[in-house]
Amino acid sequence: MIQQTAAQMADALAKGETTSVELTQAHLDRIAAVDGQVKAFLHVDSEGALAQAREVDTRRKSGEKLSAIAGVPLALKDVLAQKGVPTTAGSKILQGWRPPYDSTVVSKLKDAGVVIMGKTNMDEFAMGSSTENSGYGPTFNPWDLTRTPGGSSGGSAAAVSAFEAPLAVGSDTGGSIRQPAALTGIVGVRPTYGAVSRFGLIAYSSSLDQAGPFGRTVLDTALLHEVMAGHDPKDATSINAPVPAVVNAAKSGNVKGMKIGVIKQLQGEGYQKGVQTRFDESLKVLASLGAEIVEVDCPSFEYALAAYYLIAPSECSSNLARFDAMRYGLRTGDVDGASAEAVMSATRDAGFGREVKRRIILGTYALSSGYYDAYYGSAQKIRTLIIQDYAKAFGKADVLVSPTAPTTAYKIGEKVDDPMAMYLGDVATIPVNLAGICGMSLPAGLADEDNLPVGFQIMAPAMQDQRLYQVGAALEAALLSQWGAPILSKAPALGGAK
Amino acid sequence: MSSLSRDDVAKLAGLARIEMTESELVELSSQFGMILDAVARVQEMDLSGVKATSHPQPLENIARPDVVLPSLSPEEALSGAPAQEESRFRVPQILGEAE
Repeated sequence: MIQQTAAQMADALAKGETTSVELTQAHLDRIAAVDGQVKAFLHVDSEGALAQAREVDTRRKSGEKLSAIAGVPLALKDVLAQKGVPTTAGSKILQGWRPPYDSTVVSKLKDAGVVIMGKTNMDEFAMGSSTENSGYGPTFNPWDLTRTPGGSSGGSAAAVSAFEAPLAVGSDTGGSIRQPAALTGIVGVRPTYGAVSRFGLIAYSSSLDQAGPFGRTVLDTALLHEVMAGHDPKDATSINAPVPAVVNAAKSGNVKGMKIGVIKQLQGEGYQKGVQTRFDESLKVLASLGAEIVEVDCPSFEYALAAYYLIAPSECSSNLARFDAMRYGLRTGDVDGASAEAVMSATRDAGFGREVKRRIILGTYALSSGYYDAYYGSAQKIRTLIIQDYAKAFGKADVLVSPTAPTTAYKIGEKVDDPMAMYLGDVATIPVNLAGICGMSLPAGLADEDNLPVGFQIMAPAMQDQRLYQVGAALEAALLSQWGAPILSKAPALGGAK
Repeated sequence: MSSLSRDDVAKLAGLARIEMTESELVELSSQFGMILDAVARVQEMDLSGVKATSHPQPLENIARPDVVLPSLSPEEALSGAPAQEESRFRVPQILGEAE
């Protein structure tokens, strides 16, 4: 049962062939069996999940009209507040915190009858690309337990890849949904900035953060996307417009007559051979399906990584000032006579990990007087140039494509002491965030040299998210018929059984 | 090659209210040169006449009607507090003894 797609599960639920309680229990059993190895979850809320499942089963029995994925279980990235359930953002500074409110994403999931099974591991405050920066230890890639699942939403991606959950929610500030999706052989979408409410999403970099869906198929991902998205008055940056028709697009995948732009700057040198090979093959598949492949030039993308690693740390140095040991979270050093400032400093030292400290200090530096114009100011101008490059490119193509990540999954520990090497893994995903547009990663096969999954990235203009699904579904169907079986069937079995 | 001394890092850490051990200060200052060189690439392009983008959306101030909506109760608001007293957050001393 757990190997089905979310769409199949939803169908079986609608037909009364199974119940949400049965489906949820099967996934909780799977978590109990394999999560000791994968460590995708920080907290499993078995009781809460089964209570939600019982409730949706009752609603269904009473004849209530339910959402398309009502009763389907899901894994939630620990960056989203869920009332009464431990929420840490992967940080020790929030250990034990139970939010007194639901994030809008969680409210929407609950309204849709989606069963939230637990909170998934992540790089602390979403700062990282490997989930190794979690304050609670790393998550392991189900394809090879000595490797990282990517990050920062590594727990969510690993949970879906390991069949612990059919669906998961992540967040993507510089690639944190698309890159782990690529490294674990699943589908992940970063929606247009403002399409999904950020209310209750613990902020890292407010002008870049966006929550989005993971699934094992393009359609499953669309079903979750539709439930999560929509205008929210509680988020001033939320777009007040109808949700793009992503489910319809996923059901009618078609690229005939579409123009697909290959970004010159996001391929070739620096990309692993097996990654480039699978990417090139996927382009041929799209051409054979009737798409026209064109090359586009985005010269400012070469500076995107540098701009991102100024803008995101600058915003984070301000956002994380709220962790002050006064209203919630950790407090240490509160001895008689200690000043508020001393308690604050001691708490932030004890509660924040190395990468978070590194980025706060970098942001503090980039925003300090005398350096502001040279660093943060220049980065904001590069951001304008990137938006202009995209605008020109989308004048020539309906969607743009690239490999999602330059390499397949790397070994745990391999880059943890070399921040710049780690940052380079985000080179192809970051431009989307800087421009506030949308992007998808879907599996393009396995690299020949290591038999690990390769991600194919599709990018579309703001609020044209349906184009991702239209192209993604077409490519997925064509690749699936080539492979004969879903890519995850090639992953090694976990815990002896599958 | 850019660099940031151990004392520079200590000053920034103070501004950011993060206590740091000597080894953390030394490690960060050794990594910062490389990181600053990488991010300083934003200065390579000719950016004269280019406007800055702080945000991907053209934003205006958004105000809601001034009506009372449900919000957290004092108990809920205090539920995560490290220390509380008489329905208020209890915080360490902010002003010095002499003041």
